[in-house]
Amino acid sequence: MMTIRYKISNHLFLSVFSLLMLYPVIWWIGASLKKTEELRLPTIWPSIPMWENYSNGWNFSADYSFAHFFGNTLLMELGNVTGGVLTAAIVAYGFGRLQFKLRGFWFSILLLTMMLPGQVTVVPQYILFNKLGWVDSYIPLVLPHFFGGGAFFIFLLVQFIRGIPRDLDEAAKIDGSSVYGIFFRIILPLIKPALVTVAIFTFIWSWDDFFAQVLYISSIDKFTVGLALRMFIDQFDIQWGQLLAMSFVSIMPSVIIFLFAQKYFVEGIATTGLKG
Amino acid sequence: MGTAETLTQAPHTKAARTSLRKRKNKEETNLAGYIFIAPWLIGFLLLTLWPIAQSFYLSFTEYSLLEAPVWTGTDNYANIFRNDDTFTKSLSVTFIFVLISVPLKLFFSLLVAMALSKNIRGMNVYRTAIYFPSLIGGSIAVAALWRNMFGLEGYVNQVLSWFGIQGVGWITNPDTALGTLILLNTWQFGSTMVIFLAGLKQIPQELYESASVDGAGRFRKFVSITLPMLSPVMFFNLVLGVIGSFQTFTSAFIITKGGPINSTYVYALFLYEKAFKHYQMGYASALAWILLVIVAVLTALNFLASRYWVFYESDGGRAK
Repeated sequence: MMTIRYKISNHLFLSVFSLLMLYPVIWWIGASLKKTEELRLPTIWPSIPMWENYSNGWNFSADYSFAHFFGNTLLMELGNVTGGVLTAAIVAYGFGRLQFKLRGFWFSILLLTMMLPGQVTVVPQYILFNKLGWVDSYIPLVLPHFFGGGAFFIFLLVQFIRGIPRDLDEAAKIDGSSVYGIFFRIILPLIKPALVTVAIFTFIWSWDDFFAQVLYISSIDKFTVGLALRMFIDQFDIQWGQLLAMSFVSIMPSVIIFLFAQKYFVEGIATTGLKG
Repeated sequence: MGTAETLTQAPHTKAARTSLRKRKNKEETNLAGYIFIAPWLIGFLLLTLWPIAQSFYLSFTEYSLLEAPVWTGTDNYANIFRNDDTFTKSLSVTFIFVLISVPLKLFFSLLVAMALSKNIRGMNVYRTAIYFPSLIGGSIAVAALWRNMFGLEGYVNQVLSWFGIQGVGWITNPDTALGTLILLNTWQFGSTMVIFLAGLKQIPQELYESASVDGAGRFRKFVSITLPMLSPVMFFNLVLGVIGSFQTFTSAFIITKGGPINSTYVYALFLYEKAFKHYQMGYASALAWILLVIVAVLTALNFLASRYWVFYESDGGRAK
């Protein structure tokens, strides 16, 4: 039984903690509107909000505006999300529903690759993409997503498919559906919510996957938002107000998606964490 | 075996015919199975298995991308272990990072998950607020924010000055730089917390009720019910937390660039610079293989230790 006092103290703890967690973000919004001199003051809100920080920051580079970098990133994301959703669903159906030789073996390999540090494969992958002449293009960033979208997503979808009653498959089989028919007519429509989760996570993780971007993209006209921000940071005399403004703009796509699709996030993380 | 039988027996008996059909079905699903997993399998062979093998080979060579690799035997490894102070430094920095940030993350996520699991009003709002940093924390944008907040004239020092404390340049001081990165990492405990939260919801309420009947207090219930029932989830979070923290890169790359005096020169950054700044691909491959062995040993140790503290219900209530 929960006493009232316990409930109140619980709420108090959670509100203070939430505020503490969000505090840097709140300060960030205020700071992005400050003049450089004012950034040194511990105030949250500027005396006069400098909206110019946003417009000047947007055009900080002489050659390209942030619209260009956003366009680049979204182009890359289009490939990543398409590849991830499409192939993860196909592979997960194979592992989740079909019986084939060495299935258990391959599945444990799949799980094992989730624990593999990416650093072990990065050098030979770079050498390979370099030989193919693909460095400084989006291919090294996008192509890996077309190979099942990553072990994590395959695992997530396999868990989801295993939760679908097999009676549905059996019924379709009796009606004359092949394994391919079952995939397209039964499984694919039923795993749509999980595919949304895959799409969202792919989008947000690729957006933040700075390592791959800094490794493979070198010319400014191909820069992603993350690389553009890094260029901003590496300037000699940083306009902090503008930089913080643009940083804030750069997280907006992820934030908007998160706020609208929270349910999918929480379910997605919980599924993979638990039923293993 | 099956093949010989079906060949010698004319398939006119009913049993033989069904077994033949079954076998044909089996072959069909075998093929279908491989067709469906083909995208992953091809990717695994091309972009994971082959690179692992190649990186093992390269770790015994000297290779600058421009000329063909030159076989040098175990020279890279010998140099790393005997002569490379940066290796020792960066390994110890990474160990400190993992040893502090993983337990901190586990502690905070369990604490908050416990508070959230009570089905209280406004749960979603709290959860959103607490998950939010994890959503953005790995991005370069937050790295920029951190660099400003913890700078010499940054926000943190301004607040400290209210209390009359003269702050240091947190990022430029070798004693505190790693701490700011650990703080940034710990701030992102949202995913771990969500997994704990889901785990807490799966604990049968009856356990708590019967414990209450027996007169168990809150602490007693936590120790005797919550912790053992949650231990598989705790284990999962621990294993993935260790592996993930070992590969931390962006924050060190952007905020401190590994400095000052290599105090934040984490392993992933060291490896990155060896490979893609100095183009010592062979040396970097050896570093990668050492990382692989360390992570594998730590994970194996985790699995071994789990026998003593992780509780699996399906084992009939006995710790494995």
